Amino acid sequence: MSAAASWARRATLFIGFVFLYAPIVILAVMSFNASRLVSVWGGFSTKWYAALLENEQLLHSAKISLAAALTSATIATLLGLLAAISLARFGRFRTRMLFFGAVHAPLVLPEVVLGLALLTCFVAFGVGRGFVTLVIGHVTLTMCFTTVAILAALRDSDPALEEAAMDLGATPLGAFIRVALPQIAPAIVTAYLLAFTLSLDDLVIASFATGPGATTLPMRIYSQVRLGVSPQINAISTLLLALVAVALGLAALVSSGRARRDGKW
Amino acid sequence: MSARRRLSLGERLVIAAPYLWIGAFFLAPMLLIAKISVSQSVLARPPYRPIFEPSDSLAAIWAKAQTFSFDAYRALMSDTLYLESYLSSLTIAAVSTLIALIIAYPFALAMARAPERLRPMLIGLAAAPFWTSFLIRVYAWIALLKDDGLINNALMALGLISAPLQMFATTGAVVVGIVYSYLPFMLLPLYAALERQDPSLREAAADLGASPAQVFLRVTLPLSREGVIAGALLVFIPAVGEFVIPDLLGGSETLMIGRTLWNDFFSNHDWPAASAAAIALVAVLMIPLLLWERARLADEDDAR
Repeated sequence: MSAAASWARRATLFIGFVFLYAPIVILAVMSFNASRLVSVWGGFSTKWYAALLENEQLLHSAKISLAAALTSATIATLLGLLAAISLARFGRFRTRMLFFGAVHAPLVLPEVVLGLALLTCFVAFGVGRGFVTLVIGHVTLTMCFTTVAILAALRDSDPALEEAAMDLGATPLGAFIRVALPQIAPAIVTAYLLAFTLSLDDLVIASFATGPGATTLPMRIYSQVRLGVSPQINAISTLLLALVAVALGLAALVSSGRARRDGKW
Repeated sequence: MSARRRLSLGERLVIAAPYLWIGAFFLAPMLLIAKISVSQSVLARPPYRPIFEPSDSLAAIWAKAQTFSFDAYRALMSDTLYLESYLSSLTIAAVSTLIALIIAYPFALAMARAPERLRPMLIGLAAAPFWTSFLIRVYAWIALLKDDGLINNALMALGLISAPLQMFATTGAVVVGIVYSYLPFMLLPLYAALERQDPSLREAAADLGASPAQVFLRVTLPLSREGVIAGALLVFIPAVGEFVIPDLLGGSETLMIGRTLWNDFFSNHDWPAASAAAIALVAVLMIPLLLWERARLADEDDAR
């Protein structure tokens, strides 16, 4: 490749990554700004982080969000696995289109529509809103993503292998667990992480589905942000970003270690 | 395979849990808002006049069906707010998708042409923001775009402008927010399509006398079509229904359907109107999805 093309490539990559990362990095830097104002650098300070630790409301909401994400990701992954098996392996059963449409709908529908439908349903049946309804909302939202992720992996795995196992005397369930499940295990992990991340980050469904006492972290951040830029929000945002960075770094280390072991390097 | 078959007992056990879940928490709520959309709006809690009671006989339901109010649907057509919001959402989403494509294409190309051992790291870095909080990434732009924000300060310090530019709380800011937030969705399918391409095709075109521009326009670009379509859909579809970005970065004049629905529901308490709009959206969005699945199943039959 010519030197000019190589330079153009490097410049494009540089500009692209600056665009992707500059806003996040600036936010992180601002969280250490002693001044309240975005435009003034008042010196390095960690006082906003200290203030976070005393903000009971924020801490409580963080706990709610974490608990809701763990619970709803678990349920959504299990339901998504069952739905993916049904769509990939059961052929053209009756009402398949209804099932397919309903499972995939939250992918294309605005979240506001799903949230609105859930809220009217809870109100109509007199269900008190709180943590349980929050989890119900998040499972309904994230189940379509887990289904799609697992369905793609199931379509790639060869049903002939399972048939071979059954010819050799395995039950359908046994063949699935011992042959198909190991093949789709990475997709199940991805599905879980996807559901977890989406639930942790969701504002719209939570606003409709939750009730007093179960205010999520995004809802707290949102109501603060509407009033303007706040140093405490910068601090908690930076903590959340750092958490994701550490998790992604670990995942990259694990996968590169595995690739090296498998001799791919 | 074309005849609809019945499920065996074991299969029914597998499908029961997801079917019951979406039945109870998606299909039933959708039926309920379909019902509310034909109710009359009243000032009460809940703010609509109920139509059916569970104890109603069929005759009673039929009698009540005569009193259905299609006011909400008529209002959808006559009151232009929803139609305008929807058209405006489509426009904003389309412009954002186009800009995201223009930014992402050279970026994805540069990653796909980078030395092979660097590619996993580059694509990992490009995908990483996807796992970080959406809300926080949108929020980060407020500090940049505000009147006393970093971009205005930098421009004024450089002497390029004398008064701050109004960037925050504009439709332009919404477009920036959408492009930024959804860029990874555009990058990944583009990169996948470009990285797969066989370099010998480009070399062959160049050997036959094509200029670099011709190689790009006649080989690289057409071969990346699938990536372009996938990326565009992944940006466009969620952008149309976006609520957070127009609410945080947009001005009062920025009309988007997600925000209009939210306001009608929470601020105006007009549940029938919001429900009618939601039902109309479900119809508009679900029909293409179902047609696409039907076409895919037909392809599968042909392949057999």
